[in-house]
This record gives sequence, C-alpha cells and structure tokens, in this order.
Amino acid sequence: MEPQTAKILALETATEGCSAALWVDGTVTQRFEVMPRAHARLILPMMDALLAEAGLTLKDLDALAFGRGPGAFTGVRAAVGVVQGAAFAADRPVVPVSTLAALAQQAVDAGASRVLAALDARMGEVYWGAFEAREGLARAVAEECVCPPESVPVPAVPGWTAVGRGWTAYGEALLRRLEGRVDALPQADCIPRAAEVARLAVGEWTQGRVVSAESALPVYLRDRVAEPPREAR
Amino acid sequence: MIAAAPDQTAPPLCVLGIETSCDETGVALYDTRRGLLAHALHSQVELHAGYGGVVPELASRDHVRRVLPLVRRVLEEAGETGDTLDGVAYTAGPGLLGALLVGASVARSLAWGWGLPAVAVHHMEGHLLAPLLEDPAPEFPFVALLVSGGHTLLVDVQGVGRYRILGESLDDAAGEAFDKTAKLLGLGYPGGPALARLAAEGDPGRFRFPRPMTDRPGLDFSFSGLKTRALTAFRDTPPDATLAADVARAFEDAVVDTLAIKCRRALEQTGHGRLVVAGGVGANRRLRAALQVMAADRGGAVFFPRAEFCTDNGAMIALAGALRLQAGERAGLEIQARARWSLEGV
Repeated sequence: MEPQTAKILALETATEGCSAALWVDGTVTQRFEVMPRAHARLILPMMDALLAEAGLTLKDLDALAFGRGPGAFTGVRAAVGVVQGAAFAADRPVVPVSTLAALAQQAVDAGASRVLAALDARMGEVYWGAFEAREGLARAVAEECVCPPESVPVPAVPGWTAVGRGWTAYGEALLRRLEGRVDALPQADCIPRAAEVARLAVGEWTQGRVVSAESALPVYLRDRVAEPPREAR
Repeated sequence: MIAAAPDQTAPPLCVLGIETSCDETGVALYDTRRGLLAHALHSQVELHAGYGGVVPELASRDHVRRVLPLVRRVLEEAGETGDTLDGVAYTAGPGLLGALLVGASVARSLAWGWGLPAVAVHHMEGHLLAPLLEDPAPEFPFVALLVSGGHTLLVDVQGVGRYRILGESLDDAAGEAFDKTAKLLGLGYPGGPALARLAAEGDPGRFRFPRPMTDRPGLDFSFSGLKTRALTAFRDTPPDATLAADVARAFEDAVVDTLAIKCRRALEQTGHGRLVVAGGVGANRRLRAALQVMAADRGGAVFFPRAEFCTDNGAMIALAGALRLQAGERAGLEIQARARWSLEGV
C-alpha cells in the first residue's frame, strides 16, 4: 500500500490497553500500555508526547481518530470524551473506527485473509465481528454484535483466523460453535491498539467519512444496561 | 476579613465550568470581573424517574451526548471562543465515577486542545461557593449548610480551600429522606419537591415527629428514623382525605426544625454571623423561611443561591475553578475523577 499523505492522531482505550498513535504520511508512532484503571491518567500525556516529538500541534492534523467500541463502557467513553474535547478545541474532523476492526487489522497485518474478532463482553457474552482483508485493510463482512459464544453467527466458508481476548475467555465454546471453520488461534491474546485505529482511519478520512466532534459517539452494542422501569406506584 | 469575591486587582479570568457528577449536565462561563456570562443545564430527571433512582450507566450515556452541545451553546451565547478563555474547570468528584469521567475527559482535553490551564474542582466546594454568584455575596468566614439528595453537611468555611466539616448525616441525606418518604406516600421519584407541595396543605398539629439528635450535643444528623416514623403514621392511621398531607407536613417540619437547630448550634460554636445554604434542599421554601428567622434572631445573615444554583450546575464549578486558577492552581494532563473525595482534603 502506498504511504498516504495524512496526519492523524488516534486513540484507543476501549479494552485493557491504553494507546495513542500518530500517523504522519505513512509512518506511525505509538504509545501503548496495558494498565487497568489508568487510561484516564495516561491518555492525554501519550497524545501530548506524540505531537511534541513530531513537532506538530493539533491544528496541524487532518483529523483525529478513536476506537468507538465496542468495549468496556467507561473506556469507550474516555476515548469519546477526549476526542470530542480535542477535536472541538482544534476544530478538526473526527474518524470513528470500530475497536473490533482495529483488533482484526492486527491479524490482517500478520497475513490473515479472514478474521473473526472477539472481545470479552463479560456476563457470558462476546463482542463479535467478522472481517476480510481487502487491499491490506480489515473490512467488516457482517454486522458486529454482542451475544453468548454459543450463538455467534457462523460464517458459511472455512479459513478464519481468530483474534482477541474473547477467544481467551470462551475459546472452547466458540470453537465448538464454529465447527472447524477456524484455522488457528495465533493472535488470540492481542489487544486493540491505536496504531491500527490510525491505519484504518486514513482510508476513511481520504474518502471523507468523518464526523464532527459532537457526533463522535460510542458504539456499545450492549444497550440493555438497566432493569426495565418498574410499574410506577 | 478576607473578601470572598474574586480578587479584582488580579488580571480577570474567564473560565468554562463543566459538571457531570450525577444526573445533571451543567456547563457555564464565569468571568472574575464580569460575573456569570452564560450557563446551560440538562437534567436527566425524566430518564431515571421510572427506575426509582439514578441508574449510573444511563447517566454516563446521557452525559456523553450532552456535554459538548452545551459547551457550544454557552460559548455562542456569551460570544466567547477558546481563544478568549483563560481556563477550564471540571468536577473531579465526589460523585458517580463513570459520570464524572465524561465531563472530566471532555473538559481536560478541551483545555489541552486550547492550550489553557485546567483545574479539577471538588463538587461540594462548588456548592459551598455557589452563593458567591449572587449579589450581595457573603464574605468569609461563614458556616455552610449543604443539603442535597446525596449530602447533609455543616462546614466551617474560612476561605477558598479552607474547610472544616462540623457535622454530617450518619445515614440518609436530608434530600434522600425527602425522596424516600415521598415514595412511601406514593408521590413517585424523585418526590421531594412534591412532598413539600403536599406538606403546604397539611395540618401541622396532627402528627409530631421527633427532631433526631437534637437532644444531645454535636452537629451530626440522622434522618432515616424520620422516614420510618412517617411510614408508620401513614400505614397505621385509618386513611382519610388529608392523611398524606398531614404526614408530609409533620415530616417536613421535623427535618426543617432539625436543620435550623443544628445551624444555630454551628453558628454559636464557630462564632460566625453568616450562614450559607446550598444544595437541592436549599430550595425548600419552609427551610429558607426557618433559617431566615433563626439568623435574624441571632442578628446574623443567611445567604441562599438562587434555586437553579442550589441544585447541581456548571456555574458553581466555573466560579470555584476561577478562584482556584486565580490562586495559581493548575491540574496536570491526567483526567481526574474520584467517586469519594473528602472536602477537607482539597
């Protein structure tokens, strides 16, 4: 793939990993840490350091990108809050990128052509997405969903690579469900990162698929989060 | 005496304040010279009403959709931009962690993007200083009574950041007791204001509830027993047309009397003449009247913020932040949010 002329700052805080990445005309630099409950402390210093090292300011960027989920609700909202504030302040457009797609991109970069990405959604469920490599980029081939491992959508064809900690948590149940359609589990323990968010965002930005700061919002997938309202007395 | 108002000899500061600690999204612009320039609030009361209480995850999900549109609106109303501001203040706690994180992450990154200093404000400090939004503003020192759905506190306020807690509720907060009692009387949630309206029609002589913890020294409160007394009276009396109103009246009288007795005691103990009342229950009319009478009787003065600044709001955070920025305080790039945070530790 040709290095693309773009300057994009990306962040990804939806899972255990907290990361920021700066894409400058095809070269990416990244800060990445796995430190539970430290995302809020780490993310802005990471972004600040990346820009400082590159001698850039927010105003020099073409866009900001963020992992829009699915993932831990609080983590997804940390990314959203930060990208909203920074993009509004610098008047830059925003590129939302699926956290599952960013995860799948790691497998694509390692040579996979079809990827089943799974994150542990807790409560006996996984966040689930199916992707294919097209021109080196992970492209969704089905709607992302949240469901128990026993009922993930089964693809028609074999030859899939598994990626993400959903496979660590529910590997057996998922393999049983997929009945031989998965080749191997080489990337099962990798974590979504900002570098791949940036990489996927470049193409989106090139095609004008951007949103305003206010429209940079989370994708939770799990929408039933409270008991239905009780009958009013 | 230290003037409580902003220092007018220092360069003026224009500060954006963001509050998301519970179920209100509040955004405001405060200028140390020009005063409050604009403020906007989105209340989630209807969102949570059917659940009988605030659902934290729903609160966070709503905040993340509301904060930035309110920021844009407030800036436009005041005719300000990031270039004309001097800082950003945000509520860093105490409160619902997930809700706090939304406002904190937007606010901190706005300040970063604008290249402005940020300051992390204690929610209760915002309430304590809210009366400074009014004219006349109280001067330091004063006693503050903070009464809301989450807190009942008496605080000795010597100056910005110089707070000593004199007493607090050992169980339910006053506002919580109002809401729970309202629920027992079938007034829905949150029913505190509805209970106060109903009490206005009640007979003050029909029931008399105790004034908890006033028969012994000290400035702590306990309101959960009153809720039980109200339930017992309501359940064990044959129903009639005015029963609910009469119980509501006895309950409100007991809470108001108790708060007034403890406020008087706090003023006597500290020797201060000024009492400042803040928090949602501070909007209660009978409480306001009782505290006016008590303060006048002592030859002192009582200060209330207007009703909209008694409840959670961005204006008090912008104000508290401006005073702290003026004092040279600066928050780092880390996004701060703490569910628990002692007011004495700020």
